Amino acid sequence: MPAAPAAKKSRRPSRPAPELIFGDLWEFDPAPETADPKLKPRYDLFIGGAFVAPAAGRYFDSINPANEQKLAEIAVADERDVDAAYAAARRAQPGWERLSGAERGKYLYRLARLLQDRAREFAVAETLDGGKPIKESRDFDVPMSAAHFFYHAGWADKLDYAFPGARSISAHGVVGQVIPWNFPLLMLAWKLAPALATGNTVVLKPAETTSITALKLAEILQEAELPPGVVNFVTGAGETGAAVVAHPAAAKIAFTGSTEVGRRIMRATAGTGKKLTLELGGKAANIVFDDAPLDQAVEGIVNGIFFNQGHVCCAGSRLLVQEGVADTVIAKLKQRIRVLRVGDPIDKNTDIGAINSREQLERIRRLVDAGVKEGATLHQPPCRLPAKGFYFQPSLFTDVQQSHRIAREEIFGPVLSILTFRTVDEAIEKANNTAYGLSAGVWTDKGSRILKMSTELKAGVVWANTYNKFDPASPFGGYKESGFGREGGRHGLADYVKLG
Amino acid sequence: MTRLPITKTPKVYVGGAFIRSESGRTFPFKDARGAFVGHIPQCTRKDLRNAVEAAAKAGPGWARRTAYNRGQILYRLAEMIEARTGELAAALTPGQPKGVAAATREIGACVDRMIHYAGWADKYEQLLGSVNPVAAPYFNFTVTEPMGVVGILAPAEAPLLALLSLIAPAIVSGNTVVALASEPNPYPATVLGEVLATSDLPAGVVNLLTGFRKELIPTFATHAHLRALSGVTSAEETKALQIGAADSIKRLHLQPAESPIDWYDPRVQGLYPIRNLVEFKTTWHPVGA
Amino acid sequence: MLDEMGPVDAVGVEERVAKYGTRSIKKAAKLFGLKLAVSMVDLTTLEGKDTPGKVAALCVKARTPHEIAGGDPAQIPMVAAVCVYPAMVRHARRALGASSSVKIASVATAFPSGQAPLRTRLAEVRAAVADGADEVDMVINRGAFLAGEFGRVQDEIAAVLEACGPAALKVIFETSELETYDNIRLASFLALRLLRPGDFIKTSTGKTSSNATLGNNQVMIEAIRDHYLQTGVAIGMKPAGGIRTAKQALTFLVAVKETLGDAWLTNRRYRFGASSLLNDLLRQLEKERTGAYQAPYAFSEATESY
Repeated sequence: MPAAPAAKKSRRPSRPAPELIFGDLWEFDPAPETADPKLKPRYDLFIGGAFVAPAAGRYFDSINPANEQKLAEIAVADERDVDAAYAAARRAQPGWERLSGAERGKYLYRLARLLQDRAREFAVAETLDGGKPIKESRDFDVPMSAAHFFYHAGWADKLDYAFPGARSISAHGVVGQVIPWNFPLLMLAWKLAPALATGNTVVLKPAETTSITALKLAEILQEAELPPGVVNFVTGAGETGAAVVAHPAAAKIAFTGSTEVGRRIMRATAGTGKKLTLELGGKAANIVFDDAPLDQAVEGIVNGIFFNQGHVCCAGSRLLVQEGVADTVIAKLKQRIRVLRVGDPIDKNTDIGAINSREQLERIRRLVDAGVKEGATLHQPPCRLPAKGFYFQPSLFTDVQQSHRIAREEIFGPVLSILTFRTVDEAIEKANNTAYGLSAGVWTDKGSRILKMSTELKAGVVWANTYNKFDPASPFGGYKESGFGREGGRHGLADYVKLG
Repeated sequence: MTRLPITKTPKVYVGGAFIRSESGRTFPFKDARGAFVGHIPQCTRKDLRNAVEAAAKAGPGWARRTAYNRGQILYRLAEMIEARTGELAAALTPGQPKGVAAATREIGACVDRMIHYAGWADKYEQLLGSVNPVAAPYFNFTVTEPMGVVGILAPAEAPLLALLSLIAPAIVSGNTVVALASEPNPYPATVLGEVLATSDLPAGVVNLLTGFRKELIPTFATHAHLRALSGVTSAEETKALQIGAADSIKRLHLQPAESPIDWYDPRVQGLYPIRNLVEFKTTWHPVGA
Repeated sequence: MLDEMGPVDAVGVEERVAKYGTRSIKKAAKLFGLKLAVSMVDLTTLEGKDTPGKVAALCVKARTPHEIAGGDPAQIPMVAAVCVYPAMVRHARRALGASSSVKIASVATAFPSGQAPLRTRLAEVRAAVADGADEVDMVINRGAFLAGEFGRVQDEIAAVLEACGPAALKVIFETSELETYDNIRLASFLALRLLRPGDFIKTSTGKTSSNATLGNNQVMIEAIRDHYLQTGVAIGMKPAGGIRTAKQALTFLVAVKETLGDAWLTNRRYRFGASSLLNDLLRQLEKERTGAYQAPYAFSEATESY
């Protein structure tokens, strides 16, 4: 009978251990995606169905993090602009809500279709603006965004069925939304689609470094002939976001971003009567038991932490491996990350693109330095990073302890902290030993153990024998300090209605 | 010859035990005619902390009970309330024999409310959970889970009905609670503790405190282990709670004390008060051989 | 044994291999890949109607896949082997000559079902080797495997291995009959433990409804990798049947590159069991050379006549 593969050391220690060669025998040529992103040199604010110049006339440069070149100028919205946006949204709201659900749905269907029509153009724009690999913007972000509009379109005339026993269902009114830079278009779709389906109108602020696809989507809103004011985009930095949150016309604030900013928003909205949903940070445990399908687990670990450069709130950033298979899993992971291609995001073969901003790159570097200082062991595959732009190689930390900063703080980069455990209970304790509770992964071949783990893990999403899967029908959101409210599915819809 | 009756010392019910405040402080409680009734414990933030510990200890076991079992226990609680109608009604109206009819009506409403929620125990999941048709070969389902330890802030009015109307939808899903009783009329809650103790409700599932809101609300706001707050609060209290809750990203479901609530109205009960105090967990699993 | 090797998650395998298809292979990389694939083809004819004449034509095609007028004959490599029934081995040997770089592979052991007494199967192997086969493609006893008689499966492989003598052995699992990835991984280890460097494991006969897939290929090359890292013994891989287009072949090669690494990007360790694949590879190579899309009938032995 064959022994467990790679589980034992070579019986002939005199001979060097066999190694795989991941060299340049068959090097891939550059394969840049060449579709035209159709960018404008300057983007104004989108208020009341039209592009309007900001009151103060100020603009900032949006750069491509892959090469630090300027892509476009983006307007800075100040309080006057935010006020104008809310005024437009408030004017539009009663009419939008009075429209029959079926009609609202048809607008959302239009948005989905128009986005599908321009999918490649949007994918290229998203990659240039945010640094994510074209493979991901093309195969994930853009199609998933369209899917969210399509899914929620169908809810618009079926709200009565979604909330059994509710005596009345109404919109909140005007919703202020602030979204992050990691999935600019997708987060926008997650926010807009349920808000619009339920009859709310929206003032949305994209993240400072990734405003372009929102403003391109504004073109689609025009093509779809969405009534003016139903959706308004105000761009800018933190002050603009603060103005969106603080505006008295907002009946509800929906935010996705860091837990720290989430706290500030809770304080800022205290006593205002505004409804709130928050989708915040995470430090998810990805738990591998010794009976797991290990090669697929390794794939899931890689997908869990290196998807979108690790700029994912639900990233599986804490790997918990059962001791008996820890060496095997770590060895397989090291092999696997040697064939990850880090580089120009616009290249169709790139697996890990550019870090979104210099600021984020520095944060990743600081935390990785802290990991090394605290005594964890850093492993990085040999890889050449482009000279210009913001890049970080895929990184694994072994010898990590629960108390290390890299095991507790959200790094939001391609950095995996590996810890071990011995028993099911220990895995549960370690996984739940965090203030976060957004997501978790479990890898085991035993069905009853999966359900046990899924029951015990304090997390809003549990991926069993998979990781980082998303769907418009699947509710997403956190426990504990990862926020509250859900996005997606019937559950996400509930956060955009008032029930009487 | 008249016999001198033995008066009952009001105590709060925490972790299945009847205790005084750790501070040793009390405040006198008088009936409608101004006659002395008893010394009510003036619970402190340390009492609140201890109550949260008790609730946290009881939480996993209570959450793991079957829904059917939780339903039975809530029903049993209703039976206990019904059986003690006279005592509870008297507790609502010390020194006001004329108020007993109204008080009896409140107790009846309490029983009916408990029955309502007892029946929800094994049903809300079928309405709130879902199987989600994702566009990939995965079985994807969403279930509810209790949030954990929930803080309850009862309003001044309807000292038993409002309190139980807030507690029942919290515990039916497996949460455990720390409740602050009506500030002006805390006495009935101390008697309710005795009812809870004789029902099958495990110790620590419901912990009842008496005391002053001003003193306790800051701790309700900031205690990180309290995962949610449910109750009726003034605008000022709401703001303080919302600011304090930010550090632990606590879930708040607060109704304004300024708008009167008719606690007898069946519309205050139902599925959505339960929904407010559950988390949704979505699990994915591949479908393949 | 399954406990020791660990299970395989089917959906996970399929998601892994789907990523290989997104690799974009252009220009020099494409040329390299296409030529490499040509050099890995086991050019196959396995039909009841095979004749010495048909086999001779196949051998010519194997040695000179495509003649370019005035072109450098070295531009297109020879294929790795021709693959024929045992009765055709001596005709292939006559066509190719005694010392040919194109190997002769033969499907012995009562191919494709394997449902003959062991002694008959072994006699067939010996006959094929005696007639000049360099490589023997055997089928495992799927009946025994599915009945849980893994020892018997291994004993039979060992017996065939002995009968092969110096000929290389390719062990065919008939993956569609084993059905699950767990079974394919188990079968891989049963065979790998016995094989010698230079031997292969192979997906299928090409005679059932479902043949080589990227998923089967992945599970088998992962087993090869695990076995190699544990023992240092490098075994080869041969997906067979169903790979008809150059694009498919390149995707399989990406799987090899990213799972086993550069040392398996050679026909000593990787083969394609195929017939129509060769002409599609040639067609793409001609397109790369000339810049114009080619008609199928421009290539010898093409089956498309329209």
